[in-house]
Amino acid sequence: MSRLVAFAAIQGGYNIVSKVEGMYKKALETYNADTKVGFPNTAYYLPVIYSLLGLKVETLEDMKKPLDFARGLLPPHVKGSHHLPYLGPLLDAGMAALFAFEIREALRYLNEPDFYLHSEDIDQEAGKIWLGAADDTVFRKRGVEFVDGSAPGFAAIVGAAPSPEIAKLIVEEYQKRSLYIFLAANQNGTTVAEQLLEAGVQIGWNTRIVPFGPDISSAIFALGFANRATMAFGGIKPGDYKKVLLYNKNRIFAFVNALGDVNAEWAAAAAGCVNWGFPTIADTDIPEILPTGICTYEHVVANVKHEDMVQKSVEVRGLKVSVSKIDIPCAFGPAYEGERVRGADLFCQMGGGKTQATELVKLAQMNEIEDGKVEVIGPDIKDVKPGEAFPLGIYVQIAGRDFQVDFEPILERQIHHLINYIQGVMHIGQRDIAWIRVGKAAVDKGFSLKDIGVVLHAKFHQDFQKIVDKVQVTLYTKKADVEKLTKRARGEYKTRDERVEKMTDESVQTYYSCTLCQSFAPNHVCTVSPERTGLCGAYNWMDCKASFEINPTGPNQPIEKGECLDTVLGQWKGVNEFIFKASRGAVTHYNFYSMIKDPMTTCGCCEAIAATLPTCNGIMTVHRDYTGETPCGMKFTTLAGVMGGGASSPGFVGHSKFNVTQGKFLLGDGGLLRMVWMPKSLKEEIKDRIIKRGAALGCPNLYDMIADETVGITEEEIMPFLQKVGHPALSMPSLLG
Amino acid sequence: MAEEAKEKVVKVAKEKKLADPVAASIDLATQIMIKRAQELGIDTVFDRAENMKPCNIGIQGTCCKVCAMGPCRLPLTKSAGDGPDERKGLCGATANTIAARNFARMVAAGTSAHSDHGRTVAEVFLSVARKESHDYKIKDPLRLLQIAPCFDVATTVEVDGQTVDREIDEIALEVAEKAIAEWGKPEGTLSYLKRAPQPLQDKWKKHGVEPRAIDREVVDIMHRTTMGVDQDYKNIVKQCTRASLADGWGGAMMATDLQDVMFGRPTPIQSEVNLGIMKQDHVNILIHGHEPVLSEMIVAASQSKEMIDHAKSVGAKGIQLGGICCTGNEILQRHGVPPAGTFLQQELAIITGACDAMVVDVQCVFQNLANVAKCFHTKLITTHPMAKMEQENVIHIEFDEHHAMEDAKRIVRMAIDNFKNRGAEVMIPKIKSTQIAGFGVESIEYHLGGTFRGSYYTLNDNIINGRIRGLGAVVGCNNARTQHNNFHITLVKELIKNDVLVLTTGCAGIACGMHGMLTPETAGVYCGPGLKEVCETVGIPPVLHLGSCVDNTRILLAATEMIKAGGPWKDLCDIPAVGAAPEWMSEKAIAIGQYVVSSGIYTIFGGYLPIDGAPEFRNYLFNEIEKLYGGRWDVAETPIEMAQKMIAQIDKKRKELGIDKARDRVLMDMADRQKLEAM
Repeated sequence: MSRLVAFAAIQGGYNIVSKVEGMYKKALETYNADTKVGFPNTAYYLPVIYSLLGLKVETLEDMKKPLDFARGLLPPHVKGSHHLPYLGPLLDAGMAALFAFEIREALRYLNEPDFYLHSEDIDQEAGKIWLGAADDTVFRKRGVEFVDGSAPGFAAIVGAAPSPEIAKLIVEEYQKRSLYIFLAANQNGTTVAEQLLEAGVQIGWNTRIVPFGPDISSAIFALGFANRATMAFGGIKPGDYKKVLLYNKNRIFAFVNALGDVNAEWAAAAAGCVNWGFPTIADTDIPEILPTGICTYEHVVANVKHEDMVQKSVEVRGLKVSVSKIDIPCAFGPAYEGERVRGADLFCQMGGGKTQATELVKLAQMNEIEDGKVEVIGPDIKDVKPGEAFPLGIYVQIAGRDFQVDFEPILERQIHHLINYIQGVMHIGQRDIAWIRVGKAAVDKGFSLKDIGVVLHAKFHQDFQKIVDKVQVTLYTKKADVEKLTKRARGEYKTRDERVEKMTDESVQTYYSCTLCQSFAPNHVCTVSPERTGLCGAYNWMDCKASFEINPTGPNQPIEKGECLDTVLGQWKGVNEFIFKASRGAVTHYNFYSMIKDPMTTCGCCEAIAATLPTCNGIMTVHRDYTGETPCGMKFTTLAGVMGGGASSPGFVGHSKFNVTQGKFLLGDGGLLRMVWMPKSLKEEIKDRIIKRGAALGCPNLYDMIADETVGITEEEIMPFLQKVGHPALSMPSLLG
Repeated sequence: MAEEAKEKVVKVAKEKKLADPVAASIDLATQIMIKRAQELGIDTVFDRAENMKPCNIGIQGTCCKVCAMGPCRLPLTKSAGDGPDERKGLCGATANTIAARNFARMVAAGTSAHSDHGRTVAEVFLSVARKESHDYKIKDPLRLLQIAPCFDVATTVEVDGQTVDREIDEIALEVAEKAIAEWGKPEGTLSYLKRAPQPLQDKWKKHGVEPRAIDREVVDIMHRTTMGVDQDYKNIVKQCTRASLADGWGGAMMATDLQDVMFGRPTPIQSEVNLGIMKQDHVNILIHGHEPVLSEMIVAASQSKEMIDHAKSVGAKGIQLGGICCTGNEILQRHGVPPAGTFLQQELAIITGACDAMVVDVQCVFQNLANVAKCFHTKLITTHPMAKMEQENVIHIEFDEHHAMEDAKRIVRMAIDNFKNRGAEVMIPKIKSTQIAGFGVESIEYHLGGTFRGSYYTLNDNIINGRIRGLGAVVGCNNARTQHNNFHITLVKELIKNDVLVLTTGCAGIACGMHGMLTPETAGVYCGPGLKEVCETVGIPPVLHLGSCVDNTRILLAATEMIKAGGPWKDLCDIPAVGAAPEWMSEKAIAIGQYVVSSGIYTIFGGYLPIDGAPEFRNYLFNEIEKLYGGRWDVAETPIEMAQKMIAQIDKKRKELGIDKARDRVLMDMADRQKLEAM
């Protein structure tokens, strides 16, 4: 039976390569050979070609090499019953097809620059539902979810389901399992993306349902996403194709669902995906390839019923996913986190400036509360009219033998995403600036405020079982009650903030490791100290401490910092010993407070990257949402590409946005006073803290002295500004010593 | 003259017993030709086997003729009873000593055969590297680069602080010189030993059996087995190991590699096999023996326009080449030249009356070919200086690598000119099979995952998950004492039925081809469900033909690749793999068996081993030796018994590895993934 697949896929490979060669020829007739080509905002060129062949395609003429390579890969056709072996040829033909697909898509970007919408969301009204290649900003933001496990993998769905309902059924099942769903290709002009829209499902990066494109060639964007992860997080060098593909097989849990008739081109694409270890699960009667080896388990599984598609797919890929079973009328899971409740869909809202909404988590004594008790004091949703706003106070009391006051803010912070996980409900902000919007669809299903309590109770037990014994949730909706809670909460926030601010690296003996990313960046190990929060921005020292209490063998381990080897640069004996072991010998030591001398490594999921600007005698930093040029000559994504994957790169360091204003931020290199450039958006985001920290360093107007892109994006452009404002960095000792 | 000779043969034959064609072979073409030979009154090996029984003391291995006080014969009789074994020769040599000496001399002979073959190849390669031979070239530079490090030959050089590729001719010359030195280097051990898995190398070192120069190990055996030297069978076996390793991890392996360098590594190729490949209207040239040095040139010559035109000028439609024995396998795997038959069919090929020339080099060539050729127009041409025949009708054209093409053309022309001398008695059985041959270490790797994912891991994974139960190497000769091809084919069918993937070489490979075992669709007919599925996925036959008998080294290297690819096995002896030579007859088989056993693999021979007269020595080879290297010898009288023993051994290994139970489907969550080792 495999012979038929091989026959078809090899045929498909020839068709695709020939077709793309034709398009390429035409492009050469239309444009100059040195015309720039590529996908938007990426440092990885055409990522599949770059990662596997090490070829950088930047211009039209650069396409020739990989296209010739694809042609050369095409094997002889499978002939007769006394044929030669075909598995290797089949996989080669598939790979040739995929290289050609990537070139085809790059040509589409050249020929039809507006075909794809460069955005995380679709614009349905404008008819722009195809998003094309994920740019590096999206890729890094989402990539982190693959790293930390909040997204266990992705399903690449090609074709169309027999009906919009079936499409919805399958996709929602994946959403419940937190997988990303990448959509490509069509079946006689029908696409899953359009079917979902018809069925009223929100699509876009925010709901993890990504419509790449209407043609099979757009499936290449899924592989480009995966291969960038291998380079960015896995630290695998472009061109090291064996490692790139094995990394995908072992760490990126992706697979293909083929919905509808599988033609020769699809067969070629499916064969190509097998190189990645990504199997194909189809709903039609195509020949199966069951033995294992290239993929972890089966390679092609056919005739799967739609209702079994999701279960079968994760099983074939060898993926363990759990569906949160929470007794509420709405679906629940990370896939709904990014879902919006827009004006037209809104039923009612709490907070967001219109009314007060406050959240508070407090430790309680064991005998003080009743586990599972959820009480709504005041009117519930059924009692309000559509479009109304009302106040809300969410008061969570937690008791547990190992629960500590320090854990309160950590659990409190979970409220944001946990409420967001409810399908049809949107949560913004935190603490006393929370904002909850409830959609009509959720209310139609029977959603009530009580369900918020049910979710918090269930998830706190599930995720924090080691420290949580009892959870009681009270939801206040009367104005007076909310105001009372808010007043109390503000007092708590103040105490907490002061406690955290007082905490210094010197004040503790124990730091925490974070190897959460080692599933993706095997050599990387973060060390988190009170004054150096995790570079991904997700984990501070307190989080790590709690995480360790919750899971003593987990990714956050205590490190006795031991003897201080360098007080200025921040290096400790105990830390060095730990990282040597945890990085499996790859990293022997690093400094906490320097980017010049042996800086800390990064996995590739850092929020921001600092770089030296020697001419200005200062440093700059750029966060991953800023896609423009920077004075160091590299965009964020290029920087991240240079230093990801667990390498220590002097002159650069990854850090969290919060870390910028922490006391020890690059203190060994002169601290925050060295900061001469930041993107405007980042500067504004942390404005208050910059001012405060600047003042503490004796430079109260530091905020105004830091240049941004409106001043310039080269050192030469910003230098006159720095001189004009008298930036402190200019008078500091030479940065490079 | 020819008439007279025929008369004579007929007369002699009348007094002798004739073989029953159906009992003699399971192959229809062979049966037809045996009958045809008998009709013509020409005796063949099958008839001779009816008339001469094997020596019943020699068969036990206990006849000592190393000095003139003997031969001393120490048969183990059934009446000997359980008392102490008091048999001894005049000098006091025990049955163990005598059988071990005889066995050792077989190892020496086998080792010398493969290794001398290797030496010839190495010499030709040296002349290529020295640019003294213009008809050969380096056809596969990648293979050269692959083996260069094994000889500690650098493949890159520093130029102005930059590492650049070294000139290929320079590499070739250094490799050639170092390779040729392996036969006679005064000190050190063989360079290729480091290609073995480390634990195996450690065992060899520990037991002191790392071979030194190849020739030395052969000389060592001849010395220690002469009158009054080594009289401890265990110590003799130790040298058997050392010499055999000089074969398998030395001479034979270098033969394979250097042939690949000069003639190209094989890739899977479609061809045909059996006597039916000969064509009545073509000039038929059969190439028989073992060294492909000359045959490579004959292939090239017979494809030249000059020769094809010449063939047409004499009324033939073209030139049909065919192979017999391992030279046949060599030109099969590299050029798709079809084998005309196995070892036992060599006489029959001439009896077709359509063989215009049979060109032979070394090993496994019946002297009776000359007698058979006399009955026909066939030119029998010997080509090797060490392999001539006494009969006056045999033509000797000595091959010289410096004039290789010239020699080849001379031979081909002679065959063409002989076309017109064919008699009316041409009878080619219209029987042939299609086959896919030409598998090698790299091509198997490629076909297990293509350019990007090709890896022995795919094979390992399917062994671990039980689709493939294990590997069985079925190799070796034919033997007229057993029904031609029956042992091979019955065994192979039984193995693949039980999901054992079979690797084959030599005449076993030709036999498998003849009986249709080398086609992909065989999988659907004969295989167990697991193996069938794997074969269909990869598009391979369940029996992979890896070439000639020196190419058994490809099997060793493929197994080594399985270890490198990652799996529960760390050494060859851990792998659920077994070796078998069901129809063995040559001393070379003994040398191969010994190096396979010494490499850690259970090896079973069909029929008997000439050691039964010395039970203690036999027990040492069948059991004790396993403690040293992990492999041991065994025999089986029937193919089914052999299959059962092989499968039992495979199952034992699976159990030891803990892969005897069905593998659970492991579903991984994030915590499992975080535990993954770095790559």
